[in-house]
Amino acid sequence: MSARSKFIIKNVIRVVTLLFAVSVITFALATMAPIDPVEAYAGSENHLPQEQLDLIAEKWGWDQPPVQRYCNWIGGVLTGDWGVSVIYNRPVIEVVGERFLTSLALMGTAWILSGVLGFVLGIVCGLRQNSWVDRIIKGFCLVLAAAPTFWLALLALMAFSVSLGWFPTGLAAPAGMRAEDVTLAMRLHHLFLPALVLSVTGIAQITLQTREKTIEARLSDYALFARARGETESQFTRRHVLRNIALPAITLQFGSISEIFGGSVLAEQVFSYPGIGNAAVTAALRGDIPLLLGVALVAALFVFVGNMTANIFYGVVDPRIRAGSEAIDG
Amino acid sequence: MAELTAFHAPVAKAEKAKVARTSNRRRRAIVLAVVLGAILVAALVAGLTMPPEFYASDFSQKQQAPSAAHWFGTDFLGHDMFCFSVRGLALSIVIGLFASAVSGFVALVLGSVSAVCGGWVDKVVLWLADLLMSIPHMVMLLLISFSVGGGTFGVVLAVALTHWPSLTRVIRAEVLRIRTGEFVAASRAVGKSDLWIAWHHVVPNVLPQFIVGTILLFPHAILHESALTFLGFGLPLDSPAIGAILSSSMKYLATGAWWLALFPGLMMVAIVLLTFTLGDEIKQLTDPHTVQE
Repeated sequence: MSARSKFIIKNVIRVVTLLFAVSVITFALATMAPIDPVEAYAGSENHLPQEQLDLIAEKWGWDQPPVQRYCNWIGGVLTGDWGVSVIYNRPVIEVVGERFLTSLALMGTAWILSGVLGFVLGIVCGLRQNSWVDRIIKGFCLVLAAAPTFWLALLALMAFSVSLGWFPTGLAAPAGMRAEDVTLAMRLHHLFLPALVLSVTGIAQITLQTREKTIEARLSDYALFARARGETESQFTRRHVLRNIALPAITLQFGSISEIFGGSVLAEQVFSYPGIGNAAVTAALRGDIPLLLGVALVAALFVFVGNMTANIFYGVVDPRIRAGSEAIDG
Repeated sequence: MAELTAFHAPVAKAEKAKVARTSNRRRRAIVLAVVLGAILVAALVAGLTMPPEFYASDFSQKQQAPSAAHWFGTDFLGHDMFCFSVRGLALSIVIGLFASAVSGFVALVLGSVSAVCGGWVDKVVLWLADLLMSIPHMVMLLLISFSVGGGTFGVVLAVALTHWPSLTRVIRAEVLRIRTGEFVAASRAVGKSDLWIAWHHVVPNVLPQFIVGTILLFPHAILHESALTFLGFGLPLDSPAIGAILSSSMKYLATGAWWLALFPGLMMVAIVLLTFTLGDEIKQLTDPHTVQE
């Protein structure tokens, strides 16, 4: 067996065991909750007779012991039946899929925006260390890193939507409109402010890290040697800085996926954006355990896919890793 | 001789500048620590000993913009937002200190045990850290606080249980690095005991990392506490907590009451920013790699 396939198999086993553990932990946590699912379903002020409540519990399988319930649930998850959402009364996989796509537009825009802007700003700061541009950008980033996402979202909403009226105050499309009448422009108009806030919260870290790596490259021995060879600054930036900071930048960018997901939970809440983060909060607040479990699984899967993509990218970007995998091969 | 001095002058100058920079940095770190400590103590004392009538609702004073009488304005129930926010900040600080201390302690224990024992213990700890980091933080926080039914206990538990992995890795790596270091081998060669080595080599090397790491956990802890509270899973929404204040300010955004959201948030940003800066300064002071900068 070649080293590469061994590496892939090892990784797949690792991911599968981790995902399995994630499913056990999320299920255990959700089941431990001091919420009576029957009451959450029927409402706490229901006047149903006990037989009716028992029937509800039986229909949803809540009368079975936890281990049995876990086995039923995980079996369903593997065959595409993620259960039925209690609050939406629809299959969880449908709700989660729909919400996830809506969120993906938001998270994707913010992710690309913060990545590109953060990378460029970081290089600019690093090359012009201690200049006024550097000081302003750095100060701005430090403040942004210290500000809670939902607070920034609130301020943006207050300034641009309520006072200036440039953007709608929430949702992903005009309220009360049929889905087929909503144009792309309307969607973008609704997407702009949440995406901006979400990307702004991600920019700080990427800028600061890229700045540090750029400074590191500038102070290195190969930088001194390059200067001695008579390389101009732009040549040096292209040949040495970009190549040396590409790998950490990719690590950071894919590592930020989990953070963007978390930020989007908060931003979606402020902008009443009907995405997956919003679904998570609603599900947890109203005790919709099947939906909450579905969201947690999708979130974990999303992060895993991000990490794996990063691993594949390493091979493309870093010749040492390519050479390494073949060297082990022999 | 004169030539030699001329040749060495730039080096001596650079050396002097480095020393000056380090002592500047030390002074700055001390000033920052004192300022931050004073603010934290003031907020804690003022917030926790404040008589209830300071932040009681007064309907004759509701929805007022900031003024000399009410620095941060008043909300729709006539709470004085300054007193309300100070009390909220004190609650956040208590929770943040407690949660970051617990997280830091867990990280210290797991990190050193993992490095010292190695083998399957090491594997299990790393796997647990991996596991916790594979679910987005916010979702994990939601799940943990959901599992105990929310509330103050839920927040503390959630924040304390989710913040240890990164610091655990740092401490584990540091302990491993020291254990395999040449100076430890030298100490062992001259017959020093394990305990002596632990006390004279491992502790002094790990301590700065641990302190910086724990200081840097604190701002994360208060940010996540306020986020959970904001979403409705943390402190009760009628309590004066920054997250709760911001959450209720959201309902009154359309009325143009900008002061409800702006000032409480700014107070939190100030604390977080100060702590980040302090942690960073100490890190630069204790980390030999940054001296060359």
